[in-house]
Amino acid sequence: MIPASFDYVRVGSADEAIGLLSEHGEDAKLLAGGHSLLPLMKLRLAQPSLLVDIGPLREFSYVTDEEDYLAVGALTRHHDIAVSPLTLSSVPLLAHVAGQIGDPQVRHRGTIGGSICHGDPASDLPAVLLALGATFVARGPNGQREIDAKDFFVSFFEVALKPDELLVEIRVPRPSDARWGFEKLTKRAQDWAIVGAVAVRSASGVGVGLINMGPVPLRSGAVEAAVLSGANAAEAAQFAAEGTEPSADFNGSVAYRQHVARVLVRRALEKAGV
Amino acid sequence: MQIEITVNGTTESHDVEARTLLVYYLRDAVGLKGTNIGCDTTSCGACTVLLNGQSVKSCTVLAAQVAGDEVTTIEGMALEDGRMHPVQQAFQECHGLQCGYCTPGMVMAITSLLAENPEPTEEYIRLGLEGNLCRCTGYHNIVAAALAASGAPEMHQ
Repeated sequence: MIPASFDYVRVGSADEAIGLLSEHGEDAKLLAGGHSLLPLMKLRLAQPSLLVDIGPLREFSYVTDEEDYLAVGALTRHHDIAVSPLTLSSVPLLAHVAGQIGDPQVRHRGTIGGSICHGDPASDLPAVLLALGATFVARGPNGQREIDAKDFFVSFFEVALKPDELLVEIRVPRPSDARWGFEKLTKRAQDWAIVGAVAVRSASGVGVGLINMGPVPLRSGAVEAAVLSGANAAEAAQFAAEGTEPSADFNGSVAYRQHVARVLVRRALEKAGV
Repeated sequence: MQIEITVNGTTESHDVEARTLLVYYLRDAVGLKGTNIGCDTTSCGACTVLLNGQSVKSCTVLAAQVAGDEVTTIEGMALEDGRMHPVQQAFQECHGLQCGYCTPGMVMAITSLLAENPEPTEEYIRLGLEGNLCRCTGYHNIVAAALAASGAPEMHQ
């Protein structure tokens, strides 16, 4: 399968990329690792007329410890996050999940920013970053702005970035006493989650994320509220399907997915020490 | 567009369309047919090559994206004196293949895994090969080959 023809520009700076996005609007797409966009283009589900390749901008590939958060450059590849000593020591959940995405070849190319901006509700990282309460930093023609993860995933494959904005950094809180659980149901290795759940528990609160349980990655406020009111894992997990709208497909019906969500949320909460 | 990629140590320069995928570039522009196209959907791993030493699926990389980089294919694996690479040798000795279609991708994927972890456990190899499908062997001898290769002296130089 070959993508439809497109113009291709390999940029040398973020400003050059933003300039091209401003000029071409929605006809242009940013290309990072290409592991979400290129498959869509091969299937002709996406046919951008201009690809702006930001892959060379390695200045956006880093993991650093800041005062209040772990900073991850948007172009950091999954593999590099998974093996980063900083990620492993300050947010081991993020390292664990980055190391579970796809397979080694995919993790050598795919980037955290690309995964987030693709906005796929079946992706692992968006729900995890929701549960962790991450903040995303976008850069546009008028400078940078911060977007809360909870405001970022707007609708099916649509995120809060403007057409001329570039995601540059992901800021992940790192409560020192956090315990966590991550559960993903797949039929085969390397598959997308049929359903996934993540739980993070620390002195500063609780975060519960759901993968593939609706048109956008979800944070389960109902489960979180139950935990905060003193419910144990099994009791709180009964609320896991509340507010979800999973799709039905050959992997399972709506009722099946909602059942699995309750099971996986219970397991994730137990691992998080709830 | 004219792009230069170092393939198996040789700088290649070809005029390609921007939409040319790396696997087609290697097979059709460079003429190296050892890299197979299997599923063409980032699933099966038959097209795995090394990009700057790391395994990637060449059906999901544009040739243009890797201009200036170093790509290694199965044709570039043999040692300088002509002997097979230890991973290739281990595949022969452990009977790690039957039809052979997945084998180039398996060899490249395992080479990358062993570069990242020279002393792997069986579990590490099995998890690390989740992106490479084999429909003949049942994987057992492929895993055995990977473990055997990890013990080869050439892998620890």
